[in-house]
Amino acid sequence: MPDEKDQESVIDDVTALAKGLKTTLGEFFSPVVTTMYPEEKSPRAERYRGRHYLRRYDNGLERCIGCELCAAACPVGCILVIAAENTEEKQVSPGERYAKTYEINMLRCIFCGYCEDACPVQAIVLGPEYEMSDVSREKFIFTKEKLLEPLPPDVEARLKSKEQK
Amino acid sequence: MSSTESMAGTEGVTISRTGQQGAFGGELLTVNFGPHHPSTHGVLRLIVDLDGEQIKRLKPVIGYLHTGIEKQMEALRWQQGVVVTDRHDYLSPPINNLAYALAVERLMGVEAPPRAQALRVIMSELTRLSSHLVWLGTSGLELGAMSMLMYCFRERETILDMNEEISGFRMHTSYIRPGGVMADATPRFLDMLASFVKEMPGHVDEYEDLLTMNPIWRARTIGIGRLSPEDAKVLGASGPMIRGSGIAWDLRKTMPYSGYESYDFEVATSDACDCYGRYLVRIKEMREAVKILDQALQRLPDGPVNVDDRKMLPPPREELETSMEAVIHHFKLFTEGYSVPAGDVYVAVESGRGENGCYIVSDGTHKPRRVKFRSASFVNLQALERMALNHMIADMIAIIGTADTVLGDVDR
Ligand code: SF4
Ligand code: SF4
Repeated sequence: MPDEKDQESVIDDVTALAKGLKTTLGEFFSPVVTTMYPEEKSPRAERYRGRHYLRRYDNGLERCIGCELCAAACPVGCILVIAAENTEEKQVSPGERYAKTYEINMLRCIFCGYCEDACPVQAIVLGPEYEMSDVSREKFIFTKEKLLEPLPPDVEARLKSKEQK
Repeated sequence: MSSTESMAGTEGVTISRTGQQGAFGGELLTVNFGPHHPSTHGVLRLIVDLDGEQIKRLKPVIGYLHTGIEKQMEALRWQQGVVVTDRHDYLSPPINNLAYALAVERLMGVEAPPRAQALRVIMSELTRLSSHLVWLGTSGLELGAMSMLMYCFRERETILDMNEEISGFRMHTSYIRPGGVMADATPRFLDMLASFVKEMPGHVDEYEDLLTMNPIWRARTIGIGRLSPEDAKVLGASGPMIRGSGIAWDLRKTMPYSGYESYDFEVATSDACDCYGRYLVRIKEMREAVKILDQALQRLPDGPVNVDDRKMLPPPREELETSMEAVIHHFKLFTEGYSVPAGDVYVAVESGRGENGCYIVSDGTHKPRRVKFRSASFVNLQALERMALNHMIADMIAIIGTADTVLGDVDR
């Protein structure tokens, strides 16, 4: 026969378990918070640091002037910039120089955003894109062509409106 | 030939004979626990001598997650080092940033402006919360409270969303930098924080409803993993480990930094000295963290978030178009960086795990000579054997859990 004290503690235990069960039951009937990725995607914040983009001016000229500041600022050294001179016949950027080669090794990149901070003309920016998986290592070396793909229009518009201020 | 005998002497086996006699007449078994065991919170390997199921000796083997972070810092300029500090204790990046930033600032003789300091406090407390939530969720899961993981990670998700809003990244924020913070808080961040502060206490109540009086949770934690106050001191334990042993040692109170002295909060302690005590301490700390967040939000001062020193921080973007001097500073800072006066300094901050210290030696150049992190996880891990001795092997899970080590922080 259990004595009185035991009985009391049994009652306590059952109460505590019931209280816990009440919590889980309450949660069961509360709204679901799970995002069903990949069918459903949560929006990214404005400052999100995802895949890089090289921007252009409205007249089609590349912003990048090949100054290599981004490469110097990068803590992991994953940016390669080789600059060349603009000529009369071939004007790629408004400045004297442009980036002949611009590559980012996405496997090394830690998405710190220092390149974006360093760029004096806001040519390189980190966009909201984060799904970058691929099957071969070579594909992670983002070349200039890939980086020059246009930013999502809303992001570009936001950056422009900030510049005008 | 039994299976145990056949395995003895072969390299890499999990079980081998020690040849010693245990108290129950059987022989002691040496068991490799980890490094790839789901309940070791990372890649911790323990060599355990067992008498039956009782632990007679326990030796942690570390280094499986060594990343050479300290060495790497020597190759990076002062402002670049921030991104590396994010990555040792990967459950509390802003607190790591803070230790480093404070150390650099002290050598430079500058102090972050009041708004930056308040934002630092906000980020530190959010981080403490998210780190405790991971701890509570995983420890609960290991001891059979499955739903804890879901609930804790739900709230942690909110914190990560806030991290993303303010810094652009969910985990490796690099938000706190020498001289101030990365950028000012957005209005949306402050709104998110305000509603979080309102909701969080209710969630903590929920966790407590599930665990505090739960007989299974109590049976698994009360009296398990005793660490006496003397032992805690001798072994250099810090954070919830020492406060769970009844010693009110919290760097936010004992050596305040970043304006913590002006916030009203209590240091959570428990005299239980066991796993349950450490659990209570962390729960209380979560409540106190919400209190601090509330105060910080109420009196967030206005003003700049970075020191006004063009030799240390880049000029605002607008100036680049108008001022040649600004352009020169900008180029100089991003190519050569700034140099820090020669000397050494040690700064410690309170992370979710305890004393997170940063020791820096500068030789006056633009890169550190040496950076050393005093990580709470590494030191707390030493107490593991003291706590686990003569317990059952299953209790070790509870003990490792409440020690709350992060292996990235242990090995660095
Ligand atoms: S985000 Fe950071 S790591 Fe990546 S390319 Fe830019 S500077 Fe380098
Ligand atoms: S992206 Fe910007 S920082 Fe990098 S080379 Fe071009 S202009 Fe210079």
